[in-house]
Amino acid sequence: MPLPAIDQRSPVLRMANVDKVFGGVVQALSGMSLNINEGDFISLLGPSGCGKSTALRLLSGLLSPTAGRIEWAGGYQKGDLGVVFQEPTLMPWATVGKNVSLPFRLRGKSQKAVQAEVEEALALVGLEGFEDSFPRELSGGMKMRVSIARAMVTRPRLILMDEPFAALDEITRFKLNNDLLALKERIGCTVVFVTHSVFESVFLSDRIVVMAARPGRVIREVQVAAPYPRDEVFRTSADYAAYCRQASEALQDAMEAA
Amino acid sequence: MTLADSSPQPQPQISAPDAEEAKRARTRRIEKTAKWVLPFAMAILAIVLWDRIVVWNEIPHYILPSPARVWDSLTGDWDILWDAALLTGRITILALGLAVLGGAGLAILFNQSKMLELSFYPYAVILQVTPVVSIAPLIFIYVDSKIAGMLLCAWIVAFFPVLSSTTLGLNSVDHNLRDLFRIYGANRWQRLTMLQLPSALPYFLGGLKIAGGLSLIGAVVAELVAGTGGIGSGLAFRIQEAGYRLNIARMFAALSLVAAMGVMIFAALSIFSHLMLRKWHESALSREG
Repeated sequence: MPLPAIDQRSPVLRMANVDKVFGGVVQALSGMSLNINEGDFISLLGPSGCGKSTALRLLSGLLSPTAGRIEWAGGYQKGDLGVVFQEPTLMPWATVGKNVSLPFRLRGKSQKAVQAEVEEALALVGLEGFEDSFPRELSGGMKMRVSIARAMVTRPRLILMDEPFAALDEITRFKLNNDLLALKERIGCTVVFVTHSVFESVFLSDRIVVMAARPGRVIREVQVAAPYPRDEVFRTSADYAAYCRQASEALQDAMEAA
Repeated sequence: MTLADSSPQPQPQISAPDAEEAKRARTRRIEKTAKWVLPFAMAILAIVLWDRIVVWNEIPHYILPSPARVWDSLTGDWDILWDAALLTGRITILALGLAVLGGAGLAILFNQSKMLELSFYPYAVILQVTPVVSIAPLIFIYVDSKIAGMLLCAWIVAFFPVLSSTTLGLNSVDHNLRDLFRIYGANRWQRLTMLQLPSALPYFLGGLKIAGGLSLIGAVVAELVAGTGGIGSGLAFRIQEAGYRLNIARMFAALSLVAAMGVMIFAALSIFSHLMLRKWHESALSREG
């Protein structure tokens, strides 16, 4: 069989008409559909309570939908998923290297066997040589980089990020945004990114899913057609400003709809 | 990427410390010395005062012996006291070991099975809140071996802090880490060994420090209740015996050994705890700057 040309659009995961109701009363998510294709960088943007984190937890399998379906193309295998939370969520008792190798070790591989992968992942986030450091020796931004290295060390088909940079200062956040895009160029990962920052979502993603609250639902999708790689030039361009306005208006609608 | 570069900048000329800085540094220096000097000074003062009170008031030694008499007893009766200390020490350490095994073991068991916890935790509490002095006589009726009885008494007192603090620790896992382990498909064993036990370690060590002191108390109480009976006599029994003979000096000497033993256990456990945690836990970090 001839190898198919690299199809940016081959599907990874599909959410179809997903409802989530908590305790039989709180409608956290209503009729959400989302197609995630390989190479996508999708941001979920919305006010608090719009169900974006619930959507992410559904995608990660931590919650199961009340109604509707969530399907992995070709079935879900261990290691298909990487996650980054708002906090770095590192194990304080383990070295950086052991933290990064965790997804492998939970699949029964030894630290030694995955040494090369761990080193490569750390190099990709700019932390070569920090393998034997403990998390407490690192700054907030560096901890987040370790967390990203851990999420991508298995080269998962999908990486979920739940407001990963929200707790960082603006300068660190800009830098990490740049580095995340560079990383995406390098390894071509697929990302679903939850944020409440319009600017961040425009800078990073090619699709912004704008959500409204009560009940949590998708109200609009904004396409950001600007090509990758994006850099500081893009951040100061008229295009960027226009996309930001578009996303802001969508967000405004979302707040009014609530 | 320039995360790691912290190339030393040329330092601006360091001016002489201002008055506030100098004052703070001096206070720190004084406190550091005082931390060691003051307790010793107080001890010497107390001993001198004690001695003077005895001499000036001509208090007979069978009511209050002078410090010198206590010292004579400590050195003169050293063989007896040392044997007693060995016995009490052995019981204490064995009981502490069993308390660690029992307490941590039960905590893990309870953590793994909610049903077990619901069934037995209330009884662990009851065992803990019932004074051991009131249980001990019963224990010595049903347990033939004095050693086993003493161990049981000391264990009852000591295991609970290990159990409750380890239980707390096992349940105090960062909820994001717990989610992470679930997402990565960790099994129960992996979750226990790679996540819960390391999370619980600082709590366990806190409980261990309390248990160390309690197991000594348990051993002493057990000895007092058990009395002597062919197994040699511990420090508590020596205190009691010396009391009957109005050998107050020896009572003080034995008491000081009990206290020294308690201090030693606490110090050893503190060092152990520091060694276990120094690389990563907040409690073991010395603040820089």
